[in-house]
Amino acid sequence: MNIYALVKRTFDTEEKIVVKNGAIQEDGAEFIINPYDEYAVEEAIQVRDEHGGEVTVLSLGGEDAEKQLRTALAMGADKAVLINTEDDLDEMDEFSAAKIISEYLKDKDADLIIAGNVAIDGGSGQVGPRVAELLGINYVTTITDLKIDGTSATLVRDVEGDSETIETSLPLLVTAQQGLNEPRYPSLPGIMKAKKKPLEELELDDLDLDEEDVEAKTKTIDIFMPPEKAAGRVLEGDISDQVSELVNLLNKEAKVI
Amino acid sequence: MSKNVLVLGEAREGELRNVSFETIAAAKTISEGGTVTAVLLGDSVENLAQEMVQYGADRVVTVEHPHLKQYTSDAYSQAFMAVYEQEKPDAIVLGHTALGKDLSPKLASKLSSGLISDVTKIEGEGDAAEFIRPIYSGKAFEKVQSKGGLLFITIRPNNIEPLAKDESRSGDVSSLSVDITNLRSVIANVVRKSTEGVDLSEAKVIIAGGRGVKSEDGFKPLEELAHLLGGAVGASRGACDADYCDYSLQIGQTGKVVTPDLYIAVGISGAIQHMAGMSNSKVIVAINKDPEANIFKVADYGIVGDLFEVVPMMIEEVKKLKGSPAV
Repeated sequence: MNIYALVKRTFDTEEKIVVKNGAIQEDGAEFIINPYDEYAVEEAIQVRDEHGGEVTVLSLGGEDAEKQLRTALAMGADKAVLINTEDDLDEMDEFSAAKIISEYLKDKDADLIIAGNVAIDGGSGQVGPRVAELLGINYVTTITDLKIDGTSATLVRDVEGDSETIETSLPLLVTAQQGLNEPRYPSLPGIMKAKKKPLEELELDDLDLDEEDVEAKTKTIDIFMPPEKAAGRVLEGDISDQVSELVNLLNKEAKVI
Repeated sequence: MSKNVLVLGEAREGELRNVSFETIAAAKTISEGGTVTAVLLGDSVENLAQEMVQYGADRVVTVEHPHLKQYTSDAYSQAFMAVYEQEKPDAIVLGHTALGKDLSPKLASKLSSGLISDVTKIEGEGDAAEFIRPIYSGKAFEKVQSKGGLLFITIRPNNIEPLAKDESRSGDVSSLSVDITNLRSVIANVVRKSTEGVDLSEAKVIIAGGRGVKSEDGFKPLEELAHLLGGAVGASRGACDADYCDYSLQIGQTGKVVTPDLYIAVGISGAIQHMAGMSNSKVIVAINKDPEANIFKVADYGIVGDLFEVVPMMIEEVKKLKGSPAV
């Protein structure tokens, strides 16, 4: 089976966000594989181990994303592709990203493409379904279980807490929700092997794309922090008094119950 | 310039979800006097049309088909695109719900348009409208504009105020018949797990439990309190990892990002990842044994105490409150 996992380099979830002059400060921050994409990589490896084939991890971004791709290779992916847009594009949006990724994938005959259901930075969750639509293949989002039998697939998706069982067929794009699996840590031999695994780097030119073809349709005009919250009130007195005061405050002052 | 805007009404178990009315309010801001047309898709939805009008839609177009009874991206995109072709709107507004998240990128891709997802606030009107959305799960916000062409947004439930319901409003309701073919996904089964049908993303009240709740049983009082307040139960990653509850309840940077009117954090210490998922809630209550817990930094009201003592007392107090005649 020909399996692709889409991977984005994101800020570590532990990181505090600092905004300066309308931009996120990246200096000194730790970067990771977007946690939902980690589920995607893990699932891709498990599907390959069960059904045979090859896992390619694909990332879009700058040269720095090589580190996250090496991590995915160390987990067990076979090959990596980095589409480096650093020199070509100043700004891109989900339209641009999906266009570039689908241009790369269109002649690859992928049986299964796995992405995270959302990236924890931009948080739009658009790229997976957009790529599927551009490739003309079916997609299922926020999956928590995947079983493949020949060219049939049975999936469970999380729909706002409910579980939907879906039957469909390959080729297919799915997006991973938490609970799909427990991503493995790269082993030391895995890390050693990853250094020798192929990592191909491409630019827009290699995909016969011009900047105009992938020009963003939307524009970020400002980035800012949420307003600081004033310190709240910690209640005092007997617990039972505190509780009745709290319920009273929620009812009369905050008017939320 | 006035714009014609298409919104999608969403029903759950035969009733329109609140977010449907919020999309109308958002569409009004964008339309600057243009027409707001509501789209309703389902096997039987015409009876819901009038309510969309009462909340501000100028017209309603319904598409009824057995294949639209349950949402699939193939069926819904075919039906929505048929309405799009008929109406040729300047803008589209959908809810950023499970359905909206799944459907909107497919539509945007078909329409070769941009898509501004998960909008929590709109500043300005018409062509000058700017859209604010959380990034890094609410650790920061960005302001986004369309660069032209079709404007397409999804709005986060519970953030944009619906217009007041006006039962005297009337509007044209028409139906469109659409052939729906070539469905690639079949829904074999649905297991309802969400509390009482109150969905976390739309819940006005959320009672969330953390590791401090200690067991699956420990969540029972939280469920009772949520039930009394018409809310939903959520959880921290710690509680999910410890198997006290299902991952579908997880709130945080991985998990759901929520903005209810009232968020009660019970036995949750307040890891940065959890706070990203809930710190934009309107009112936050923290109940924790540890007075140093981070959660108190974002809480409007805090009780330092044993949750197993506090929550049952709260249940009694709320019962008293709800039982007393309205003042």
